[in-house]
Amino acid sequence: MSSLKRMHYREGRLAFWMLTPTFAVVLAFVLFPVIWNLWLCLKPVSLADLRGDALFHFNLTLDNFWRVFSDPDFGTVLLTSLTYTIGGSLLSILLGLAAALLVCGKFRGRAFLRGLFISPYIAPVVAVTFTWSFILDPQLGVLNRLALDSGLLTRPIPFLSQRWLDLEVLGVGFRIPLALTSVILFEGWRYFPFAFLFILARLQGIPNELYHAASVDGATPFQRFFHITVPQLATVLSTLFLFRFIWTFNKFDDVFLLTRGQAGTKTLPLNVYDYAFGEFNIGASSATAMVLFGVLAIFIFVYFRWGVRIEN
Amino acid sequence: MKIEYSIKLRRERLENCIIRFLRITGILFFIIMVAFPFYWMIVSSLRPLEEIVMNPANLGLDIGKIDFKAYYDVLFDHGFLRYISNSIYVSAITVALSLVLATVGGYAVTRLRFRGRAFMSYSILIIYMFPAIVLVIPLYVIFSYMGLRDSIHVLILVYLAQTLPVALYMLMSYFKTLPVEMEHAGLMDGCTRFGVIWRIIIPLSAPALASVALYTFMIAWNEFLFAFMFLDTPDKFTISRGVVQLAGSVHLSKQLVMAASVMVTIPILILFLFFERHLVRGMTAGAMKG
Repeated sequence: MSSLKRMHYREGRLAFWMLTPTFAVVLAFVLFPVIWNLWLCLKPVSLADLRGDALFHFNLTLDNFWRVFSDPDFGTVLLTSLTYTIGGSLLSILLGLAAALLVCGKFRGRAFLRGLFISPYIAPVVAVTFTWSFILDPQLGVLNRLALDSGLLTRPIPFLSQRWLDLEVLGVGFRIPLALTSVILFEGWRYFPFAFLFILARLQGIPNELYHAASVDGATPFQRFFHITVPQLATVLSTLFLFRFIWTFNKFDDVFLLTRGQAGTKTLPLNVYDYAFGEFNIGASSATAMVLFGVLAIFIFVYFRWGVRIEN
Repeated sequence: MKIEYSIKLRRERLENCIIRFLRITGILFFIIMVAFPFYWMIVSSLRPLEEIVMNPANLGLDIGKIDFKAYYDVLFDHGFLRYISNSIYVSAITVALSLVLATVGGYAVTRLRFRGRAFMSYSILIIYMFPAIVLVIPLYVIFSYMGLRDSIHVLILVYLAQTLPVALYMLMSYFKTLPVEMEHAGLMDGCTRFGVIWRIIIPLSAPALASVALYTFMIAWNEFLFAFMFLDTPDKFTISRGVVQLAGSVHLSKQLVMAASVMVTIPILILFLFFERHLVRGMTAGAMKG
């Protein structure tokens, strides 16, 4: 063996040992659960089976998937999930875009505003969900109370605990899914900073010459916005939508803490929890997680197949 | 030509006026929307219960009526002293382990030649996309089976797995920007690889390490799902888990829940105030999952 070869061999071995702890942790706590879930979703497992060796018996079945897909509420839950995901993603990106455009110029207090705008995103989820539940509370909530006192409302609106709200605008009556809308608004509030940061970074990367050239050619501010800023942001906006879609689709904490999935806000991740701890059916819970994972896999595939190429 | 030009100019002026107006109202809207919940959280935590029940629409805070009793109750009667120290313990150990493993791992990926190096840097980001809700049930099952579920140390390992991919990714991209000449000189002079990491890489990487530390701390401190699912014994609760417990057990005493919420939020906001730059860098580098 030449000395160079030996050196490479030693380097490889050293790298292996340096990466082993990281690999072990990721293997045990990320890859293993995914594979273990594949096993669980094909078995009849209840919450009571967790202490026994029944977990390892070879009795595979597709019953769990049958249970999940034939659930009379499955269609509703899927629809709720999609509404929540698309609504929440779009709202957070639109708010983020608005905030980024507001903060983009140079003025005093800009750094302060930037910091302030990020705070919903870094604050602990339990604190902000409980604060919003309190603000929106029908009895003690400040929002309802202010609206009642000023005569805007005649009775309080239970924002997070009522499924439908009948509205009448100009004599036309229609109903909106109240609790779901509130949860989507919360989603927009909490996650707009994410879009804000990325859009702001992109905005500041647009060369000033473009704007100068356009104004010399007589383009007005709105024209400059629609013909320069918007096209320059197209890539970052679509990438943001993809990421927000993936994460919102798999989001559990926020909905669970706000409504527990009541009043028409039950999304697929809430189903994962409810099957396991409401029905003690671990199998069905794992099967639901597999459905989520499948959707995620499609999105990751799409991203790495086409998205990365677009970005480059 | 001249008329056309003046119309253009007028339009420019009009649009600038509209933009000014939109900007001022927009900024006000965002300030109220973002700051109000935090303001309300703090104000409510400082009010006695009667005030909250009798006068829920009072937006101001009476300096004379400020009442810290909620904080006292939450800290001493509802076990938050314990939860806070648990959270500090969990977050500090997660940060320390994450820094060590990501530094060593990042060094290996960026400086050593081995097979599968490209694959490593690529797969890290995929791992990071795996959402917690997909992992939590299988982990719950296996740790229940092994009798290890209700443990703070298992929780630390879960957090480590959640934060390591991003930590590694951040340090890898930072290490790539460092000049290797000094390290070569160090190796020539008889430094070991670990000597090089300790004496050359770490001192040069302080800002990146700070970003990793803050990011990891924030994830571990804020985490709710695993703490909620794994921990049964109140003695082991993290602060997020404690707030949920409190909100579930006391129905009327909103000021207690708000005081607890303030306590879980304050450390994060303080860190953020002092190290905003590092934290933002961490968040955009890793595009924090959430």
